[in-house]
Amino acid sequence: MSTTTKALPLQVRDLTVAYQKKPVLRSVHVEVPEGKLVGIIGPNGAGKSTFIKAVQGLIPVASGETQIYGKPYRQQRKLVGYVPQRESVDWDFPTDALDVVLMGRYGRLGWFRRPGKADRDFAMECLAKVGMADYANRQISQLSGGQQQRVFLARALAQEAQLYFMDEPFAGVDAATEKAIIQLLNELKQQKKTVLVVHHDLQTVEEYFDWAILLNRRVIAAGPTQEAFTSENLQKTYGGRLHIMGNQVLLTASPSAKEETDS
Amino acid sequence: MNMWQALQDPNTQWVLMGCVLLGISSGILGCFAFLRGRSLMGDALAHAALPGVCLVYLLTGSKSIGLFLIGAGVAGLLATYCITAISRHTRIKEDTSLALTLSVFFGIGIVLLTHIQHSASGNQSGLDKFLFGQAASLVFADVVTIMVVAAVLIVVVALLFKEFTLLSFDPGFGRGLGFPMGFLDAVLMLMLLMAVVIGLQAVGVVLVAAMLITPAVTARYWTDELSKMVVLSGFFGAVSGVLGTLISTQQENLPTGPTIVLSATAFFLFSLLFSPRRGVLARMVRFLRMRRKILREDVMQALYEQLEEQLKSRPTSVYRGFGAAMLARKCGKRTAAVRHALRDLQKRGYVAERTRTDDETLWTFTSEGLPVAHRLVLNQRLWDLYHMNQNQFHHLEIDVNQEELAPQLSDEALSLMLAQLRAYDLTPQLADYQGFSHLLQQSNQGGLSL
Repeated sequence: MSTTTKALPLQVRDLTVAYQKKPVLRSVHVEVPEGKLVGIIGPNGAGKSTFIKAVQGLIPVASGETQIYGKPYRQQRKLVGYVPQRESVDWDFPTDALDVVLMGRYGRLGWFRRPGKADRDFAMECLAKVGMADYANRQISQLSGGQQQRVFLARALAQEAQLYFMDEPFAGVDAATEKAIIQLLNELKQQKKTVLVVHHDLQTVEEYFDWAILLNRRVIAAGPTQEAFTSENLQKTYGGRLHIMGNQVLLTASPSAKEETDS
Repeated sequence: MNMWQALQDPNTQWVLMGCVLLGISSGILGCFAFLRGRSLMGDALAHAALPGVCLVYLLTGSKSIGLFLIGAGVAGLLATYCITAISRHTRIKEDTSLALTLSVFFGIGIVLLTHIQHSASGNQSGLDKFLFGQAASLVFADVVTIMVVAAVLIVVVALLFKEFTLLSFDPGFGRGLGFPMGFLDAVLMLMLLMAVVIGLQAVGVVLVAAMLITPAVTARYWTDELSKMVVLSGFFGAVSGVLGTLISTQQENLPTGPTIVLSATAFFLFSLLFSPRRGVLARMVRFLRMRRKILREDVMQALYEQLEEQLKSRPTSVYRGFGAAMLARKCGKRTAAVRHALRDLQKRGYVAERTRTDDETLWTFTSEGLPVAHRLVLNQRLWDLYHMNQNQFHHLEIDVNQEELAPQLSDEALSLMLAQLRAYDLTPQLADYQGFSHLLQQSNQGGLSL
């Protein structure tokens, strides 16, 4: 009923991805509501990055169907922004921060057309939003890891999307960048945009995200963080490893864990 | 003189024109091949083209570049398919499958070439020129073909500049934007193939790949901007094409390929050594300069801390200054290096002799040097503090790549950090040189009592 009134930002049905015959993701079924910050959590090799690549059609899928705001992905590309892992590109490439951000405009420009002044201004605005306006003309290899991550983020902003996928944006960044990213994510949320973030730090999940998808080759749990991010589900996701992880998580998150058991 | 005469010849002018366009187009395309990590692909395509060219000659008996283009194109596509298929369907990595394919195709090509040369009409075929290239053997029709194809390549790159940039920098993101990256990659590949084929006769199968890569790598040394790099690379390609052709026409039977490659390499070597930012010499100078600066700073810090210690622990003893050997022990460097740095600092007016014993000079700061050293030590200790208590300074926007910390801090944060330094007993003690001015003068009578 509700889906007919307003289409969900992301709807994934029965998604299966296989590398060399071995399924990496099996029968993933997720529906993400609008205006949420969604953390995708799971152990290494659980298919987190594969998941966000597959729903964007960046890698071939064995089966399944992805809908963005009620339509197949191909028709809705302009609504989707993407922040790949920082290590996925060569940072010695001959280009500066502003030009990288301008790449975010390429999708709207389409074939052959070059970015104009309006695009440049917009890209500068995006750089300013991540606190990098002073670095616009800096060669990208001269930026620190955190600054490179912010440039990638600004590029995604330049896409002016409704739904964002971010692959480990917090990996290896300094505290200031982490803070800047979180602030930006909250701004996006206020604009009713939906952001899916591959995340590896269990400590900060409850603080950062209002939705969580626990993934280990299939979806273990998906829903509002309080419902999905429980020690029981974590046990299912991380299995034996949880005892080590779990100690840490339970230690820091013990007050909220208690509340849950109390209520 | 000789060369000038050669330039007057209209035939040579045509050939040179062809080589200029050849150089521009392969230089431009080479940038993308190089940045896409496909530097060896051009080589593979060129070697693979040889059997295609030979087969076309065997089948048709004609020697037109247009037909050769088709033959080389088909062989090149087949080679590309082999390379990707081998690395996709087996566990062999791409570099290995590239080497395999390249040598097999080249082997077939040489067998066919030998067969042609031993056949009746083969002697006049001039196909042997395809190995190392002979620009002088280009006829008018060839030059026209080269010019047309080169012009097409240049125009297509200009049109697809944005798309090729995306392809070379971040194909995953490009696919997300909706550009068909596989198709663009194939287009780039096809264009590389075309650049290789029009270069075959002038530069030769063996060395044509150098026309793609060397100008691109050379250009990278002079700019950090892709658009400029592409233009520069085209320029280097054109100049080396012209130089190589001219040199080879001066000498009987000197093939063009090697002379073009050698001219391109001369540009490359020059850039490698003398490029102002990425060049070997510039980097060496920067490195040595930095090393000297660090040495100077370390010595100043050692002297400062030694002085500080003396004031703290033995405030009443005679201050005679400190010798190089002692400072070397303190900062763990060789005495000779420390002595050298002290002379350097003396020239800058930061340190001066205080006393001189029989076997060594004892040093102290000048009134100019002390505040510099103070600032240095304070900065050092603030950074130490920052890294020790990083959790506490989360909220500050600090660029750790900058040299100085204090200017990046608000007054509030700075005073907090200074208070912490005091708590650790790390506050640099010699801030106000007026108070210590008696330590700074040269003393002829062997030191003052404090």
